Amino acid sequence: MPEINTNISKDRISKGQASFLRHQKFKRRIITFFRVALFIIFIAVWEIGVRLDVINDFIFSSPSRIVRTFIDMCMNGDIFIHSAVTLSETMLSFLLVLFVGIVFAILLWMSDIFSKIMEPYLVILNSLPKSALAPVLIVWLGNNPKTIIVTAVSIAVFGTIINLYTSFAEIDPEKIKLIRMLGGSRLDVLFRLILPSSLPIIISTAKVNIGLCLVGVIIGEFLAARRGLGFLIIYGSQTFKMNWVLMSITLLCIIAGLLYWGIGLLEKKLHANY
Amino acid sequence: MEHVLKIDNISYSYHTITGETPAVKNISLKIEKGEFISIVGPSGCGKSTLLSLISGLIHPDSGTIEINGSNNIGYMFQKDNLFEWRTVYGNARLGLDIQHKATPKNLEYVNSLLTAYGLDNFKNSHPSQLSGGMRQRAALIRTLALEPDLLLLDEPFSALDYQTRLEVCDDIGTILKKEEKTAILVTHDLSEAISMGDRVVVLSRRPCTICDIIPINLSIENRTPLSSRNAPEFKDYFNIIWKELTDNA
Repeated sequence: MPEINTNISKDRISKGQASFLRHQKFKRRIITFFRVALFIIFIAVWEIGVRLDVINDFIFSSPSRIVRTFIDMCMNGDIFIHSAVTLSETMLSFLLVLFVGIVFAILLWMSDIFSKIMEPYLVILNSLPKSALAPVLIVWLGNNPKTIIVTAVSIAVFGTIINLYTSFAEIDPEKIKLIRMLGGSRLDVLFRLILPSSLPIIISTAKVNIGLCLVGVIIGEFLAARRGLGFLIIYGSQTFKMNWVLMSITLLCIIAGLLYWGIGLLEKKLHANY
Repeated sequence: MEHVLKIDNISYSYHTITGETPAVKNISLKIEKGEFISIVGPSGCGKSTLLSLISGLIHPDSGTIEINGSNNIGYMFQKDNLFEWRTVYGNARLGLDIQHKATPKNLEYVNSLLTAYGLDNFKNSHPSQLSGGMRQRAALIRTLALEPDLLLLDEPFSALDYQTRLEVCDDIGTILKKEEKTAILVTHDLSEAISMGDRVVVLSRRPCTICDIIPINLSIENRTPLSSRNAPEFKDYFNIIWKELTDNA
């Protein structure tokens, strides 16, 4: 939410401005209040429902059981291993997607002919449901983290390439002419114009990618893992340990939130210059 | 007098899949050092193509273009094309950065230009914080920083509102006279062409050829683009050029 500017000298604030600021503050409080309230009501209804036997806690678990499971798994340290595995796989595939995406988009931008050749392949690969690839990847790469990373990368990378290339190609040709007129080479155009002006797009693509990578890692872990939250979910559901499943999902919610928030911070820091 | 630019009988065509479009045909022109040439012509006649040819971005199909001196050409666009992620100072030194010429001496020159043309207080601002006129001045400083021998102005004022346009035109005209720059201005605004130019070149419809070259002699002292408009001969020149254009349209 945007910061409300209250720096205007307070003693000389007009009546209209004061009432506007009060109204904005009120709106912000309402939003925060209902955000928190929704969460508390959801947890409370779930917990009370279980206690009153309206909801079957064997199938649906309960907030208190989730917390207890979490504490137990903290005690023996298992949960840290599973979370760390999922988190590191996500980060690794995220960085790979960003790197491969940027490099490939640059190559497409460098050569008009190359980009025309690649276009149909990229479009098809981007629309293909990548979860269909996961079973094939297991056969090819084996039952190991390599499969998981490749699955996650394949989910996010094609969209990234297309988005970045589109943004590179949309740069005002007159700005390119400017760099050339100032004596710049193609590399100057790339490093002084294309990349800096595409930074906002790179960040917004990263924001989407971090979520997609998490999805990819979980799909990969469903099929090819002995560790990680995805493994915990699939193993828990097969052995009817719903506490495990729901606790893992809760942790995934937290991880997804934190990753998104982290990129948001990065974006804010860069935004000052755009 | 020394010639900065000698254009000899050049022609140029654009090629697309649907066919060939001749844009420039048999143009010859000589420009002396310190001279300000205005080029007018109907819209789409190939004025900008002519500038691109002079700048060396594209090469003529036939004919030659000779530039005396260091072959250092500055180009000003219709849009200021300032980079939002660079400060005003960062934009002004862009050319120096690209050519690896950001020496203390050259940066000192950029600073002196910023001070001379009223942008020293905005050095560390980003372009979005400047007015349209200031932005165009920043763009001019970016061009002047490389100390070009020849300046090509491609309708640099047409994106501005009328009042700013007159001011910036006066500003930049005065700056260029003071820095003793040779310049070619392409415009579709006849008043602007007369008020800034020492000579006005009138072009025909596409493919453009030269219809006439009209020397501008105004009976006023310390001529600036704005004061030129008050010269008694101004409207006569306007009518002559207007007639040339409509006769050839």
